[in-house]
Amino acid sequence: MSAYTHQDPRLHGIKTKIRVVPNFPKSGIMFQDITTLLLDPKAFKDTIDLFVERYKGKNISVVAGIEARGFIFGPPIALAIGAKFVPLRKPKKLPGKVISQEYILEYGRDCLEMHVGAVETGDRAIVVDDLIATGGTLCAAMDLLERVGAEVVECACVIELPELKVHTYIYDRVVNV
Amino acid sequence: MQSSSSRLLLCSSKPNSLFGSAVTPTLPSSLRFPPLSLTIPNSTSSSIRLRSLRSSEMASQDQDPRIARISSAIRVIPDFPKPGIMFQDITTLLLDTKAFKDTIDLFVERYRDQNISVVAGVEARGFIFGPPIALAIGAKFVPMRKPKKLPGEVISEEYSLEYGTDKIEMHVGAVQPGERALVIDDLIATGGTLCAAIKLLERVEVTVVECACVIELPELKGRERLGDRSLFVLVEAEGA
Repeated sequence: MSAYTHQDPRLHGIKTKIRVVPNFPKSGIMFQDITTLLLDPKAFKDTIDLFVERYKGKNISVVAGIEARGFIFGPPIALAIGAKFVPLRKPKKLPGKVISQEYILEYGRDCLEMHVGAVETGDRAIVVDDLIATGGTLCAAMDLLERVGAEVVECACVIELPELKVHTYIYDRVVNV
Repeated sequence: MQSSSSRLLLCSSKPNSLFGSAVTPTLPSSLRFPPLSLTIPNSTSSSIRLRSLRSSEMASQDQDPRIARISSAIRVIPDFPKPGIMFQDITTLLLDTKAFKDTIDLFVERYRDQNISVVAGVEARGFIFGPPIALAIGAKFVPMRKPKKLPGEVISEEYSLEYGTDKIEMHVGAVQPGERALVIDDLIATGGTLCAAIKLLERVEVTVVECACVIELPELKGRERLGDRSLFVLVEAEGA
C-alpha cells in the first residue's frame, strides 16, 4: 500500500526532496539519497508526521530501526507515538548479548542483530528503514522480532523501489510507504 | 550533596590502556545547570558563543529531576569492545520512553531559541539523538558518516585513533557559510571524532555553537581536545 496513491499534499514536497545519485554504490544503480530530504525541515517533519498519523493510537510499543538510515526516521516516530526505539545493527556493534539473523545479498550474506531483552513477547512493532529494495533486510528484521514473540504490525519506509523483484515471502506482510 | 544516580566508570589497571591507571570510583560532584541568562541572544555573529560556566557544563540532577532517570537508564557493559573498557550503552535509555523523551527535551530546551540552523549527527548513534532535536528546533539534520557511505560529493576530515586513523565525511552543499550548528553524538570520549566533525563544519565557514552529548567520559579529556569550543553533556561517567 502506498500513501502516494492517496495524494496527501505533503507527499509531493517530500518526493521532490529526495536526490537521485547515479552509479552509486556501483555502475547502473540509481541511488535514492534521503540526505537532501533531511535538509528541508518542513519536508522532514512532514515525513515523520505521515508515519505518526498512521501509527498513533494503534498500540505500537516498539519501533525497530535498521542501521543506519532507519536510525534517522525511527526515533522521531517512536518518540511521537510513545514507543521504545530498538536499533537493529550490523554484527559486533551492539555491546550486550544479541540475537542474530542472517540474510542473503546479491552476492553473499549479511547479518542483522538485536539486543536480547529489548523486545518482549506481546510487543507490537513496526520496522522502519529509509528504503525497501529487495526486502531482504526488512525480512531479517521481521524475523528477529518474531523470534522473540513480538507481532510485526507493519514495515514503514520512505521509499519503495517496486521495480526490484521482491522475494515472494514478503507478500504476506504489509508494507507501507 | 552527592548524586547517587551518576554514572561510575571503573578504570582499567593496565598502565598503557586508553583509560590510564586504576582509580577508585567516586561520585562526581554535582554541578550547576547553566541559568537561562547565559544563553546567547539571537545573533548570527560568529564571535558570540555559548561559554561554559565552569570547566564542566552539565545538567545537574539537583536542579533537573529528569537527569537521575536518564542516568540510571544507561547500561554499562564491561569489556566491550575489548577488555578493560566499560562501554556506556544508550540502547537501554531508548527503551525507556520517558527517559528518551526527557533526554531530547533537555537538549531542545537549551537550543530552541539559539538560531541553530544545522544539527550535525555523527554516525551512527548521533543519528538517534540528532534528528529529534533538529525536528523540534526547526533545523536541518546533516549526517556525518564513515567513508564511502554518503552517495554524493563529500568533504572529508581525518582524525587519529588509538591505533591508526579514521575519517568522517559530509555532503558538499549540505551546509552554507554563516550557518549556526550543533554537533551531536551519544558520547564524548577522547573527542577525536567530535573534533573532526567540528573541523569539517568550520572548513565550510559554519559556526559550531556547541557540541552536545548525552555522556562524557571526563578522564579521557575530550573537553580539552575541543579547546575553546563549547561542550554540553547530561551525564558524566568517571572514576576518581
